[in-house]
Amino acid sequence: MTVTNGKPKHTVYDVIVVGGGHNGLACAAYLAKAGKRVLVLERRHVLGGAAVSEEIHPGFTYSACSYIVSLLRPWIVRELALPRHGLEILPLESTFTPFPDGRSLARWSDPQRTRNEIAAFSPRDADVYPEFGLLMSRLAHFIKPTIDAPAPDPTSLSPRELGVLRRLGLGFRSLDHELRELALRLMTMSAADFLDLFFESEHLKAPMSASGIIGTFLGVRSPGTAYVLLHHYMGEIDASYRAWGFVKGGMGRISLALAGAARASGAEILTQAPVASIRVRGGRVRGVALSNGDEIEARAVVSALDPHRTFLNLIEPAHLDSEFLSRIRRFKLRGSSGKVNLALDRFPEFTCRPGVGAHLRGDVSIAPDIAYLERAYDDAKYGEYSRRPFLNIVFPSLVDPTVAPLGKHVMSIFVQYAPYHLAEGPSRWPEKREAFGDAVIATLAEYCPTLPGDILHRHVLTPWDLEQEYGLTEGNIFHGELGLDQMLFLRPTAGWSRYRTPLGSLWMCASGTHPGGGVMGASGALAARALLRSGDA
Amino acid sequence: MPIMSPFHPRTAALCTSLLWKEWAGYYAVRSFDTVLEPEYQAIRHTAGLLDVTPLYKYEVHGQEAAAFLSWVTVRDIGKLGVRRMTYLCWCDDDGKVVDDGTVARLDDDHFRVTAAEPAYAWLSRQARGFDVRITDSSRDIAALALQGPVSRQILGLITDADVASLRYFAIMPACIGGTEAWISRTGYTGDLGYEIWVPAAQALRVWDALIEAGRAHRIVPIGLDALDVSRVEAGFIMNGVDYFSANHCLVPTRKSTPSEIGLGWTVKLEREPFVGQAALLAESARGAATAFVGLVTVWEEFEALHARFGLPPHVPAGAWRTPVPLYDGRGKQVGYATSGAWSPILKQNLALASVRRGSDTPGTRLEIEVTVEFARHRVGAIVTSLPFYDPERKKA
Repeated sequence: MTVTNGKPKHTVYDVIVVGGGHNGLACAAYLAKAGKRVLVLERRHVLGGAAVSEEIHPGFTYSACSYIVSLLRPWIVRELALPRHGLEILPLESTFTPFPDGRSLARWSDPQRTRNEIAAFSPRDADVYPEFGLLMSRLAHFIKPTIDAPAPDPTSLSPRELGVLRRLGLGFRSLDHELRELALRLMTMSAADFLDLFFESEHLKAPMSASGIIGTFLGVRSPGTAYVLLHHYMGEIDASYRAWGFVKGGMGRISLALAGAARASGAEILTQAPVASIRVRGGRVRGVALSNGDEIEARAVVSALDPHRTFLNLIEPAHLDSEFLSRIRRFKLRGSSGKVNLALDRFPEFTCRPGVGAHLRGDVSIAPDIAYLERAYDDAKYGEYSRRPFLNIVFPSLVDPTVAPLGKHVMSIFVQYAPYHLAEGPSRWPEKREAFGDAVIATLAEYCPTLPGDILHRHVLTPWDLEQEYGLTEGNIFHGELGLDQMLFLRPTAGWSRYRTPLGSLWMCASGTHPGGGVMGASGALAARALLRSGDA
Repeated sequence: MPIMSPFHPRTAALCTSLLWKEWAGYYAVRSFDTVLEPEYQAIRHTAGLLDVTPLYKYEVHGQEAAAFLSWVTVRDIGKLGVRRMTYLCWCDDDGKVVDDGTVARLDDDHFRVTAAEPAYAWLSRQARGFDVRITDSSRDIAALALQGPVSRQILGLITDADVASLRYFAIMPACIGGTEAWISRTGYTGDLGYEIWVPAAQALRVWDALIEAGRAHRIVPIGLDALDVSRVEAGFIMNGVDYFSANHCLVPTRKSTPSEIGLGWTVKLEREPFVGQAALLAESARGAATAFVGLVTVWEEFEALHARFGLPPHVPAGAWRTPVPLYDGRGKQVGYATSGAWSPILKQNLALASVRRGSDTPGTRLEIEVTVEFARHRVGAIVTSLPFYDPERKKA
C-alpha cells in the first residue's frame, strides 16, 4: 500500500487526525467508514507510531518499538476486516525463562506440558497453576467489558453513568465471595505479593510478576502492579482471535492494515506532514497548521498524540483552562523502558536449553528471581538504567520468514528499567546509549554466550530516542503510566475520560485515554464512536 | 490393521503427540504436536510437509487412455495437455458422484489418476472396449505434499528442474536426491504448493532432502488436522465428509450430483457420451435441487449467545465434520453444514454446507445450530461464495 506524501486533496475536512499511530489510524478508519471526510497527518515517513516495522539494517525488518500484539480488540479486527487488509497474526508458542543456575522454565499452550515443567520446580505450584488460571480467567471475564467501552465515571451522578455503574456492580455481585475478595486484592496489591498468595516457586513467580511491571515506573513489589497480571488472561478469552501474537511482517502491519481499512473508506493519509499547531478560533478548534506553514481546516481535530504533546505542545496555553492544564502537566509519563533490536548472523542458543526449539517461538524473559527484578528497579529509582535489567525477548524471524534473510534472524529485546529522567537529566541519554546497549548484551551473554559474536547490527532505543524519534513524551510507551490513579475515568484526567477535551471540536483518541496501553486499538475506535455521536463532525 | 507408509520411519520419530488416525488403510499423523496451530500456520506462512501416500493412484496406459478417461470422468481429457493435471469427479449412470480426484497426463498415452477411494474395479469395469491398461500404483508410489509460501524456494534447492516455471496444475519430472520423481503444482490447502510423487523405495531419500533443504526455510512436518483446517478455508470438499460416494449409499437421498457438491464446474456436458451424461443433462435442464456453499457465522450473535451463559465464545481448535442442520428465517430446515473450522487467518468461523436452491445466494442469512451448555441454539450464518481464502500466490 502506498501512502501519499504530498498535498492534501482538499482544503477542508470533517476530521483531521493528528498522528498516524495505530490508534489514530483506527479512529480514522471508523470515521471514514461512517462517511466522514478524514485526513490523517503523520510526522514521520512511515505509519504506525510505535506499532511500526522498519528496515533499519538492510534485509532485516524490526518491529522497532512494540513487538507483540497485546489485546488487539477482536471487534475491531472484525468490523474493519483487518485480515482482508493484510493483518496476519502468528501464535506465541511458549513463554520461556532461562535461569542462571542452568535450569529453565517454559510455559506452553498445552497445559500438561506446562504442568510437567512447573512440577520440576514445585509439584504444588504445578497443581495450583491451572486453579490460578481459572480464577484469573473468571475475573478477566468480569473486567473485560470495561476495556471495550468508555470508562464509567463514579464521580458523576447522571442517570446514564449510574446505570453503567449499577450494571458493573451487579456483575461484581454475581462473583462469589472468594472472587470479590480476590478482585480487591488484585487492585491494591503488588504483583509479587499477589503471586505469593498462590505460589511458592521463585522460578515461577519471577517471570509471572514481571508481566505486571512492563511499561510502568513501578517494581514488582510496588502496590498496584498485580492487576496487570489480568491482561494475560483477558487475552486467553479472545484466544481464537489470537489477541496475543506475532504480526507477520512486523508490528507495522497492524498499522498498515488499519490504514488500508481507512483508505478503503476514503480517508486520506499523509506522511512527512508534521503538525505545528492546532488552530483555535472563537473557543473552538478549526483545523491545523503544518510545519511548512500550510493550514488545513476541519470541523473537528482528533489528536492521536499523548496528552502532553497535545495540550502542552500544539495548543496556545491561552486557549485552555489553567486548572486543566496543570492537571495535564501532572499526568505522569516518565518512561521506564528501552528497546534493543538486533540483526543476527545465526540463531543464539541458550546454554540452559540448547537448540532452536519451540520454546523460543514465544517470548523469553530474563527475570530469574523477584530480588533481581526489584534490584533492577532500585537502579531506576535513583536515575540509573538497570545494570542487570528485566528483558522480554522475541525472535519473530523464527516463525515469520519475511522479516530476515534466509538463515539470519531478528531479535527484539524490551528492556526495563531505563528511566527517562536520568540523574544527570534526560538529555544525557545519547551519550549513554551504547553503554546501555552493552549492559543489555552483557546480561544476555550470561545465558547465550555466543550472542555477542553474532550481532550484525544493533539498534538501541533509549527513552530519549522513543521521545525524539517516535514522539512518545518522556519515552512512555503507554502515553502515560497505567497506574490505577491514571486509569479508567481518570485517564488522562477526571472529567475528560470520554475522548472529548475542554476545547470545542478537539478530541483525543490515543493511548493516553481509556483504556490505553498496548496495541489494542480500543481508544481509537471508542473515540471515533464518541465523536460520531457528538455531532462535532 | 492399517499399514505403514514408506515415510513412517521419519514421521513416527517426529510424532511426539502419538496422535494417529487411519487414512485409506495407512497410519496417518493427525498432528505431530499436541498443539495444532503451528502446523496450520506453516501452511500459510512457511511450508508444511505432509505424507499423502495413502491417496489411491492408478496408471492408465494405452492409445485410448484419453478417450477412456473422458468416458469414465466428467471432463474431456482429450483436451488435457501433456504434463498438465486436472481436478474432476466421476459419476455413476445416474449422474451421482462416485469419487473426486485428479488426472495427470504424464505422457501422450500415460495418465495417472488419484482417488480418495479404491477405484481399480470401477475403472476396470468401465474400461471394457477401450484399448487401455490400468494398473494400481497406490503402493508403489509414495507422495508428499509440500504446501506454503516458501515451498517453491525449498524445491528449488533440491532439484535442477525448473520448478519456478511450473504453472498451477502442471506436472514435471524431476530428479531429487538422485531419485526420479514427478512434481506437480497441486494440493489440498488452497495455497502455493506442490505434490511430489516418488517410487516408494526412494521415499526416505526425498523426505530427508526436503527436511534438510527446508530447515532454514522453517519447513514443518504437518498432519491431517492442520490440512483439514486449510482445506475448509480453501473450500475443498472431502469424500466421506462433505458428500458420500454413490457406491456406498444405502439410500438414494444420500447421493449427490457434481452440481450439488459444488463440482458442476468440472463437468463438460456437451461432448461424446460419458458415464452419467444423460442424467446430468437432465439435471442441467431442470436445475440442481441443492447447492454447495460457504457459510460464515455471525460472530456478534455467536458471542452474545455464549455471553447469555456467562461464557466467552468458544471454537474448537481444529476442523469439525459432523453434519449440523441449517434453517431459514422462518425456522424451516433448508440444508446442513457438512464440515467447518475456525479460520485462524481470516478470523472467521467457517462452514461448508449443502443448501436448497433459493437459499444459496451469497449474502443470504441462514441460521446454524450451535450447542452451548448442552442445549441447542441457533445463530446467524451468512452464505458466502467459495473459496473463503484464495491468496494470489496460489496461482501466481
